[in-house]
Amino acid sequence: MSRASVPASVPEPVWRERLRRRGPFLVLLPSFLASFVYVAAFTAWTFYISLSDSTLLPSYGFVGLDNYAALWSNGRWNIAYANLFFFSGFYVAGSMAVGLLLAILIDQRIRAEAAWRTIFLYPLAVSFVVTGTVWSWLYSPTAGIELLVRSLGWESFSFALTTSRDDAIWAIILTGIWQSSGFAMALFLAGLRSVDQDLVKAAAIDGASMIRTYRKVILPSIGPIFVAVAVVLLQFAIKTFDLVVALTGGGPGIATTFPAIFVYDLMFQRGQIGVGAAAAIMMLLALVVVLVPYAAFLIWRRRREADHG
Amino acid sequence: MADAALDPEAAAARRRRAMGLAAVYGLLGLFALAYLLPLLVVILNSFRPLPEILQNGLIALPRAIGVAAWADAWSSYCINGVCEGMRRNFMNSLSMTIPATILSTLLGAVNGYVLSKWRFPGSEILFTIMLFGVFMPGQVALMPWAYILGATGLSNTTAGLVLIHTVQGVSFTTLFCRNYYLSIPDDLIRAARIDGAGFWRIFRRIVLPLSPPILIVTVIWQFTSIWNEFLFAVVFTSGKAQPITAALVALASDETNVRNYDVMSAGVLIGALPPLLIYLFGGKYFVRGLTQGAVK
Repeated sequence: MSRASVPASVPEPVWRERLRRRGPFLVLLPSFLASFVYVAAFTAWTFYISLSDSTLLPSYGFVGLDNYAALWSNGRWNIAYANLFFFSGFYVAGSMAVGLLLAILIDQRIRAEAAWRTIFLYPLAVSFVVTGTVWSWLYSPTAGIELLVRSLGWESFSFALTTSRDDAIWAIILTGIWQSSGFAMALFLAGLRSVDQDLVKAAAIDGASMIRTYRKVILPSIGPIFVAVAVVLLQFAIKTFDLVVALTGGGPGIATTFPAIFVYDLMFQRGQIGVGAAAAIMMLLALVVVLVPYAAFLIWRRRREADHG
Repeated sequence: MADAALDPEAAAARRRRAMGLAAVYGLLGLFALAYLLPLLVVILNSFRPLPEILQNGLIALPRAIGVAAWADAWSSYCINGVCEGMRRNFMNSLSMTIPATILSTLLGAVNGYVLSKWRFPGSEILFTIMLFGVFMPGQVALMPWAYILGATGLSNTTAGLVLIHTVQGVSFTTLFCRNYYLSIPDDLIRAARIDGAGFWRIFRRIVLPLSPPILIVTVIWQFTSIWNEFLFAVVFTSGKAQPITAALVALASDETNVRNYDVMSAGVLIGALPPLLIYLFGGKYFVRGLTQGAVK
């Protein structure tokens, strides 16, 4: 095995030496292959199914873009993505507004800061299923908030959001904000704490009021955090599934259907796998539309920072 | 001091500051109430007798207290005709979450070690591809997983879910660990290599002892997200094989027992308790994982 050319100081055979040099690659290989199959092969597979004549079972007869045409002329899908747009706007803006307010309040050198933060962040630890279930009770007219307020004397008070076709989406928006604003708060607070305190002091010496200092000095310097929070929340919004299932089940009727529910429904309840796959690909596209510009923004910012030094 | 106390301007400024502080605490208190109300409601209702809940509503102080709902929810309540409570689903969740968390964390640690300290030509490209797994929507993977689980006989099993969550989780854990290991000085590794230490020896003797902070973050992140996951749970399991999230939805939407708020409250808490406890005791690490997972 070991020829004369191998120096005596290297006692191990050539194959072991080679294995050793490739070691790191071989260690990474199984995880990489699994991820590659998961990311690339699964996407390609689902994409192909979206171009096939699959109905109850996957089949591989090619039908071009038929499923996409069927998808976009499907009334439920149109409601689903209109809901997604409506929900995303208010959910992202609302979570960021509440999160920013909480972060600024906590930033006022208050007592027991950790306790406050714990209270505002705990919804994030529990599942959307739990949140959705509990809030569906709170929206219930016969047992929840409406009953409480009416029993206190305000007889005409109405908060039965989930039973109304028009208002049910607001129940999802409110609950989503309740769940996610703590996340926005945590990121904003980290940002506020990283602002150069000399700048803040300088503004105070110049006589700027607190509100003015926040508006003109502090918030502009944490601009990138706004973008990061918005991107993450948009991602949550696009993937919204469990929250709606637990809160409204997509109803009343189909009033609060979302793309993720539509995919699940068509693939596993209605035996229209091809159209369901087309909808799943549209969800992936939505994520790409959000994430690719963000990645470009991050790269641009890193370059600029590197240039400036 | 006495002069300052008499100075009307300083007194006014102090009053303004006091009022500002009162406003801050007032607002925080209001928000805290809104955040805590749902938790208080489920905790209280899990101990209230059902007739009282139905009469006075969910948001009311308990007149009597009992633990019958907890016992019922845990071991004898009927979901879709099976009267075994949620114990089995709770155990399913445990036996899904623990192995998947350990597997994905170990793999992530080793991968992160390779990708930060043993780079080879092309390793950054491999890392980028693995990273896409973080953003993949589960819906795109449903049909392929259905096929793979069917072909391997793992559909409707906990093992199938462990496989799914391990593959999906490796992207996150690799990202976390790689970014953390980048902060370990390369000189440390180089010195060890000159001393003749190999790949695994350096990992065991140098990298692992420095890893607890990131391993805790990773374990907490993986545990809570796998425990709370719903889509794969509801698609790939049914009945007795369901993890607790899927069972909770089945419980709450089973038309035969819709208004049993007492038992459902206990059931919700049983499903929420493990991640809540982890959050309470490991909050610092939970937040760290959150911000890292989000921003990177």
